[in-house]
Amino acid sequence: MDLIANHITHRFGDLAVLDDVSFTVSAGEVVAIVGPSGCGKSTLLSILGGLLLPTAGAPELRGAPPADSLNPLTFVFQDFALLPWANVEENVEFPLLHAQLSAVQRRALVDDALRRTGLTDFRKTYPKQLSGGMRQRVGISRALAVKPAILLMDEPLSALDSQTRELLMEDFVRLLADGGMGAVYVTHNLEEAARLADRIVVLSRRPGRIREVVSVPMTRTERGEIAAREKLLALQNQIWSLIRNEAIDAEREVQHA
Amino acid sequence: MLDRAPAGTSAKDEVVRRVRFRGAGFVPASSRFGGWIALALVIAIWQAAGSTGFVNPLFLPAPSAIVRAIYQLAISGALWQHLSASLLRIGVGWLLGTAAGVAVGFAIGLSRLARSVGITFISALFPIPKIALLPLLILWLGIGEEPKIATIALGVFFSTAISVYSGVDAVPRNLIRMAQSFNVPFATIVRKVVWPGALPAILAGFRITSSVALLLVVSAEMIGAQYGIGAFVLQAGNLMQTDQLLAGVVILSVFGLMVGRVINWLEIRLLHWR
Repeated sequence: MDLIANHITHRFGDLAVLDDVSFTVSAGEVVAIVGPSGCGKSTLLSILGGLLLPTAGAPELRGAPPADSLNPLTFVFQDFALLPWANVEENVEFPLLHAQLSAVQRRALVDDALRRTGLTDFRKTYPKQLSGGMRQRVGISRALAVKPAILLMDEPLSALDSQTRELLMEDFVRLLADGGMGAVYVTHNLEEAARLADRIVVLSRRPGRIREVVSVPMTRTERGEIAAREKLLALQNQIWSLIRNEAIDAEREVQHA
Repeated sequence: MLDRAPAGTSAKDEVVRRVRFRGAGFVPASSRFGGWIALALVIAIWQAAGSTGFVNPLFLPAPSAIVRAIYQLAISGALWQHLSASLLRIGVGWLLGTAAGVAVGFAIGLSRLARSVGITFISALFPIPKIALLPLLILWLGIGEEPKIATIALGVFFSTAISVYSGVDAVPRNLIRMAQSFNVPFATIVRKVVWPGALPAILAGFRITSSVALLLVVSAEMIGAQYGIGAFVLQAGNLMQTDQLLAGVVILSVFGLMVGRVINWLEIRLLHWR
């Protein structure tokens, strides 16, 4: 199943946020969206996931989702969005409650998702008892439980410290390794984009337009090797040179707001 | 530079002094027995003032006289007669007002139409002292229990509705968006996200409405009832039986404390995740 951004334009009142953004995320592909602050990255993701109606254009799906997918487009949120009154197991089970599944089937899906994210021993723990990294693991586990075709990740690591970020990045690389699941990964962190994405969509300052789409010429496994670091750094510098001036302008605009 | 060393002295010659602790106070904590000790102290002083004749018992009977009055009320059966009448009015009135308030509060919190209509009416009617409506309610409903119960229900309804829709408004939007992103149906979002998310505000509202109900039952009974704690307190006042009057006040206070305890227990049970 492919996800298509078809000429998406969006305005919040008089404020133009996105202008004619078009690209396609093919099945199993990971596309990162980067750009200066306020360029509409998160707005674009909300539109792609059907949580926000665009002013013009539309998000579209091409092809059928995998037969076992209960929610083909599934979000992983920056702030985790966990139910504080539910424990880990209940949080992961939450999106399955309305699906036509027996208790045994639900249990199997929850167990599998918890196992894949290393949360099996924490199933009765409440979110407030977990660290930020573990909370995001619950968010990822919840997303995996519905067997998504495409993960929509909105800066999933930005609320975490650098060591936890590194650990979760390794988890993402592992989860996306087999190519069975695609992703749209919104981030302001160019290193994350270069580590994870097959292609990087660079947006301009508001209103966000596509400035360039950069392909990453390595497999994700190769990117973990020391020899690849120089190439990845060069790629990050290339992208940074595309957005640096606009990032400075965006920062000044925020300070004057 | 505050810590600059004077010229010509080496670091090891200087006097070492401990950094003064400046972080005391401004912590919202209380000592475990402080409140009880203070209460016991006040009662002891009050008792001493009464026993020594320092205070005229007609104006302020000693605590022992109040306890005696409560005991006599209990063994005569009058306590239960008055208390049961008040409890019935409070119970029915509170339940009716709470049920309507929760339903309307959720409607306002979840529906744009209900919000625009409901908030206008609530803003207009909430400030009215509900006891002022008792004569009108007597006219409508007769002189039995109904107008008193309706007065309590009205008072409870408005506070409940406001606390419920405020609670619904305070449910983090990201949780609702999360549920929507998983295609969770509206009813399940209300049941599994909005209801538990609004529960802290709803329980806080219960604390307020229980006090409102107590206030209104006493007021209504003082205006038009033969039995009930309010009627008893008024009768005792008219007959200058201040020990009986204060016995009624103590019973009201104990009732308020017990309701507070029940709500505390509910909060511990239902909001353990906080």
